[in-house]
Amino acid sequence: MAENGRQELVITDAESEQLAGERSLNIVVAEQGCSLLRRMEICVAEAEKRSGKNAVNMQEMFTVYLIETRPMDAVAEGRNPAPEGRNPAPDSLWRRYSEFELLRSYLIVTYPYIVIPPLPEKRAEFVWHKLTADNMDPDFVERRRVGLENFLMRVASHQVLSNDKILYHFLTDEHGWKEVVFETGFQAKADSRLRALSATFRVRNTNKEVINITSCGGSPAVFLAWALSDFLLTFSKGTRQRKRFMDMKHYSDELQSHTSQLLRARARVADRLYGVFKVHGNYGRVFSEWSAIEREMGDGLQSAGHHMDAYAASIDDILEEEEHYADQLKEYLFYAEALRAVCRKHELTQYELEVSSQDLISKKQQREELATGVVRSFSFKGMTNKLFGQEAPEQREARLKLIEELIAEGEDTVKEKTAECEEHVEKAWVDMQRFEEQKDKDLREALIHYAVLQIRNTSVEQCQRVFPQDVKLKPYPKVFLPL
Amino acid sequence: MSVPGAPRGLASSGQKPIAEILHPLSAAEEPLSPGPDVTEDVRGDKEAVLTNGTPVETSSPASASSLLNRLQLDDDLEADGLDLYVSTETRDLFVTVDDPKKHVSTMETYITYRVSAKTTRIEFDLPEYCVRRRYQDFDWLRIKLEDSQPTHLIPPLPEKFVMKGVVDRFSEEFVETRMKALDKFLKRVADHPVLSFNPHLNAFLTAKDLNKRQGLALLTKVGESVKHAAGGYKLRARPAEFCAMGEYLDTFNQKLGTIDRIAQRIIKEQSEYLTELREYGTLYSSWAASEEELQRPLEGVASSVATCAGALEDLSENMSQDFLPVLREYVLYIESMKNVLRKRDQSQAEYEGRLEAAVLRRQEDRTPMPVEVEKCQDRLECFNADLKADWERWQSNKRQDFKQLLTGMADQNINHYEKCQAGWESLITLLQDKQTEDKSGETN
Repeated sequence: MAENGRQELVITDAESEQLAGERSLNIVVAEQGCSLLRRMEICVAEAEKRSGKNAVNMQEMFTVYLIETRPMDAVAEGRNPAPEGRNPAPDSLWRRYSEFELLRSYLIVTYPYIVIPPLPEKRAEFVWHKLTADNMDPDFVERRRVGLENFLMRVASHQVLSNDKILYHFLTDEHGWKEVVFETGFQAKADSRLRALSATFRVRNTNKEVINITSCGGSPAVFLAWALSDFLLTFSKGTRQRKRFMDMKHYSDELQSHTSQLLRARARVADRLYGVFKVHGNYGRVFSEWSAIEREMGDGLQSAGHHMDAYAASIDDILEEEEHYADQLKEYLFYAEALRAVCRKHELTQYELEVSSQDLISKKQQREELATGVVRSFSFKGMTNKLFGQEAPEQREARLKLIEELIAEGEDTVKEKTAECEEHVEKAWVDMQRFEEQKDKDLREALIHYAVLQIRNTSVEQCQRVFPQDVKLKPYPKVFLPL
Repeated sequence: MSVPGAPRGLASSGQKPIAEILHPLSAAEEPLSPGPDVTEDVRGDKEAVLTNGTPVETSSPASASSLLNRLQLDDDLEADGLDLYVSTETRDLFVTVDDPKKHVSTMETYITYRVSAKTTRIEFDLPEYCVRRRYQDFDWLRIKLEDSQPTHLIPPLPEKFVMKGVVDRFSEEFVETRMKALDKFLKRVADHPVLSFNPHLNAFLTAKDLNKRQGLALLTKVGESVKHAAGGYKLRARPAEFCAMGEYLDTFNQKLGTIDRIAQRIIKEQSEYLTELREYGTLYSSWAASEEELQRPLEGVASSVATCAGALEDLSENMSQDFLPVLREYVLYIESMKNVLRKRDQSQAEYEGRLEAAVLRRQEDRTPMPVEVEKCQDRLECFNADLKADWERWQSNKRQDFKQLLTGMADQNINHYEKCQAGWESLITLLQDKQTEDKSGETN
């Protein structure tokens, strides 16, 4: 499969419908700069229940999802009438949710400067009471299927992530993939949580002082005070960067808190609304019973009763539709976590840089002491010197040489860490901008669709379902539904 | 134009044997108990529907035409606003209750209402009256009506007692609801062809000072005797139609009770939903504070949600104020009606008892049928006729009221949906404008 930058990308909706299987949700995204999707269509077509033995050798039920891929040039060929048949069958394989998780973990470790798209939730959360929190529930499975497809689409359309080899294996190599991913040894590279935590703590403290300084308005006295401190940072660029990352981290906290509060509140609202609708259903029976004892009013009451029943039943569909909106919010709730991970990685790289810089400085200090024989600070060497007398010049030479080597190593390390830091900062900043744009666009569309949904559910037809036709209704203006 | 000797209000007085008077408002005549020669035809139509132009023979020829007018029935139930028994063109007594005012005196605090009446009737000295009355006065009127017209169904008053701790007697809502109910009561009385001529009503509408202790001496014999009907008689067989009425009232009462409960539950659920909804809306606002591009859309959603919440609050309030009171009023009406049925039963029991005793005595010693027995029979037949007439009237009013109620509910719901929709539509226009703005910005 040749990866041709000028390759024909655009596939119209009609054609893609032609190509797609009936049940698959085929979204062919033709974006500039996305390599993988230019080469292939991807979709998560189906879900199936399987049973098998798990890690502790117990029988369990799980769901697998069918991933279908079709190379783009085969698709292109499909459009030219070929004697062998128009549509080559898509390649397909089955994957479990846990395999998706593995892929994502790999991506997080390998691309710590990218905001990695999140997976749909593992267990149903923010559930309003009618929905079960059952992972086997068909509605939940269906929504998850959509979520997994969305995940793959986002990854495959990302400028950086889509080029990853492991991703390609995930999509094409059913059984050999796991081996390949473990071979990369990514798990070892994963930053230990403890280090990351201590980095956060340490950097938070220094950052506090950074903030104090930058917000002081830059009076001369403050600048002077800072210049005399022991900080290693270069003032302008470093602090600006730090501030940006801190703002971003702060924002990710806000985003997470707001979306989760919103999701919880929405679940409560859904619960209550469900109650309101269902109580109206009680009218249905009473009206029916009442209509039995009436003569002239009987028909009207009977029909009113039926309509009340219909009204009460309509809430199920309404709330089911709203779940899609909730899923969109959830995606960004989890995205907030991914964003925070990038910020944490930034802190970690800073921290490591600081550590190695400190280390270098102390080594240089040691060398100085050794060379001049002046002991500036407390050291065991100094103490033993005093107690046992100075050492022999050969010993000193040997030690000096060792220190020089260590210093050389240390300088390399510092260079390395600095480069790492700068690389992370640069790339992360680019991706965070991209993320922000994507988020603004996605959420705005989600809000629009939510509004449309609300309009649909408060439409006149809804109303007329409640109240019988024989009740005289005022002539109602036509409702214009945009979009 | 008034007939000497006959109090105009009671067309079914005992002056002529009932058999010779077709009750102006009754339906098919049924042969009652054996009495003096019954020669009128019995209409076979069991359905108690009035036909137009029923020849009415009363002692007052002049009243015939106005009665006839009042009998102009509109069978078409779809005709909105037409009171079935009184066409507005011929109505000659209009009453209104409005303008509540609080009175504070050393002894007590209470509310009075302005009662206005406009009329062309000669029983009234002036064409217009305007007095102030309090709830007690309405209660007095009702009791007087019940006493003087025991064979008729008197419309109910709103609840007399309110628990001081639970309900604020002086709150705008409560006063408003009560006033509407009092207005309805008075209108129903004024529209009733018999009750509206009751002298107590006249006094109520006109007297500057309602001296309630003064019992007006116009209680008729009929009224007295029915009221004092001895209780010791047992009813043998209630005619089927009255049984049916009783059953209907019981079932209807039950259904109303259930509907009331459901409505209250709905109001409660709606209020809980409202609380959650408001909080939900404010979360969008607080999220908006931390966003830039998304700030306007999120604020927009917050305000749309707030609009919906406001609309729902209005809807719930309307349900409390318009829907529930009507249900409760009809429960009271049913009580009233059942009382009247009971009294009718008593009257029948008394008649049957006396008749039996008289027949026995006649068998024994040839004593002729005492006048008492005949009077009882008259009273009974009177009662039955009045009751049936009132029943029909009540049924048609009930249909009207409930149709209005359900239509009103439908209108309010439509109104509610309209408001919600408007809220969301404005959001969409806002967001779409922004989108086209952005797009044109990009292409430039």
